[in-house]
Amino acid sequence: MADAPPPLAACALRLGDDALILGQRLSEWCGHAPAIEIDLSLANVALDQIGQAAHFLGLAGEIEGKGRDADKLAFHRDVMDFANCLLVEQPNGDFAQTVARQFLFSHYQELLYAALAESKDARFAAIAAKALKEVKYHATLASDWVVRLGDGAEESRARMIAGLDWMWRFADELFAADEIDAALGLDKAALRSAWDARIDAVLADATLERPAAHRPVLGGRTGRHSEHLGHLLSEMQFLQRAYPGAAW
Amino acid sequence: MVTAQAPAWTAGVPPASDGAIDAASPAVQAVRALLANVPDPEIPAVSVIDLGIVRDVSALRVLITPTYTGCPATLAIEQAIRAALDGGGFADVAIETTLSPPWSTDWISDRGREKLRAYGIAPPPKGAAAASLKNQAPAECPRCGSSETEEISRFGSTPCKALWRCTACAEPFDRFKCH
Repeated sequence: MADAPPPLAACALRLGDDALILGQRLSEWCGHAPAIEIDLSLANVALDQIGQAAHFLGLAGEIEGKGRDADKLAFHRDVMDFANCLLVEQPNGDFAQTVARQFLFSHYQELLYAALAESKDARFAAIAAKALKEVKYHATLASDWVVRLGDGAEESRARMIAGLDWMWRFADELFAADEIDAALGLDKAALRSAWDARIDAVLADATLERPAAHRPVLGGRTGRHSEHLGHLLSEMQFLQRAYPGAAW
Repeated sequence: MVTAQAPAWTAGVPPASDGAIDAASPAVQAVRALLANVPDPEIPAVSVIDLGIVRDVSALRVLITPTYTGCPATLAIEQAIRAALDGGGFADVAIETTLSPPWSTDWISDRGREKLRAYGIAPPPKGAAAASLKNQAPAECPRCGSSETEEISRFGSTPCKALWRCTACAEPFDRFKCH
C-alpha cells in the first residue's frame, strides 16, 4: 500500500472512488438491461458518476501534488489503495439488487453532496454543487423502481426484498465518521437521520419493511475490500496494466 | 453582465441573454460573434452561446462551464471553441473552465429555446431549474404544440435530455431536462 495521502486528498479519493466504482459497475448493464429505457437510465447514471469521479480524482491528485491526474489514480492503483465504500463494489446481481444498491447509495450521495456544497473548501463545494443536480435524478429513479418492484408482482417484490436484504449490511459504512472526513469538516454521522427518513418513506410507499438488522460490514475506506473489487479493477484497468502509459 | 470595464464573471448573475452584444470592446464583440457560430456537438442546432456554456468573454480569455460533470462533449466543445478562436485570429485568447456556479438550463437563451423547439426538442421551462423532479408540468410537443404529452423515460439519448411522447400526434420526442 502506498504512503497515506494528506487528509484532504484522502477525502477527495473517497468521493472519487465511490463514484468511479459505482459508475464502472453500472456500465456493466449497458446493453443488458431488461428494457431500453432502463438501459439508457443506468448508462446515464454511470456517466454522471464517472464524470464526478474525474473531478474528485483530479482534485485528489492536485492536492497530493505528486503529478498524478485522474486517469493515473483510476488506472494505476491496486485494490488496497482504493477508498470506496463496500456498497458500490457489490456485484449488480439481478435488476432489483442493482436498484437496491442505487437506492441506498444515491440518497446518501445526495445528502452528502448537499452538505459538501456548503463546505468552506471551494474546490469540493463547486464539484458537489454541480453534481448534486445530477444525483437528485438518480435518487428519484432508484426510489421509483423500489416502489414499482416492491409494490409490483409477487416475483418483483420477492426480488426487491432480497436485493435490499443483501445491500443493507453495507449501509452503516456510509455514515462511519473518522478523522479524515473531519479534515474537510464533514460529519457523515449527522446525515444518518435524514437518510433514514428518506429510506423509510420510500419503503412505506413500496409496502416494504426495513430489512432485518445485519452486523455491519466495514473496511472499504481503509482498503479492506471484498473479493469483487479486484475483478472489477482487472477489467477496468486491463488496458493500462497490459500497455502501461498507452494514450489515445 | 459583461461590460468593457468590468468583464469579470459575477457569481450568480447570468450572462447577457440571447448572446446580445453589449457595450464591450470590439475584440470582445468579435469573439462573442465567433462563439455564436460554434455549434454544440450533440445538438448542433444551438450554439455554445445559446446554451449558456460561455460564461464570460474578455480580450484575454473565454470562460466556459460544462453542462453535466460527465458530459462527453466537454472536450469536443473546448476543441471547437479553440478552432474558432484560432481561425478568427484570436490564438492568444485562452479558454478557462469553471464549475461554479453550476450550469443551469435557465441560462439557455430565449433564442436558444426557439432553436431547440424548431429542432424537435422541447425546451426546458424557464425558472423551473430548482423545481421538484416530481409532478413536472407536461412538455409541449415540439411537433404539434399539444400539451397532451407523457414522460417515457427520465433519461434519454444524452445526459441533458429525457424521452417523452405526444398522445395527440403520437410522436416521441426529446425534452431538455431542467437542470
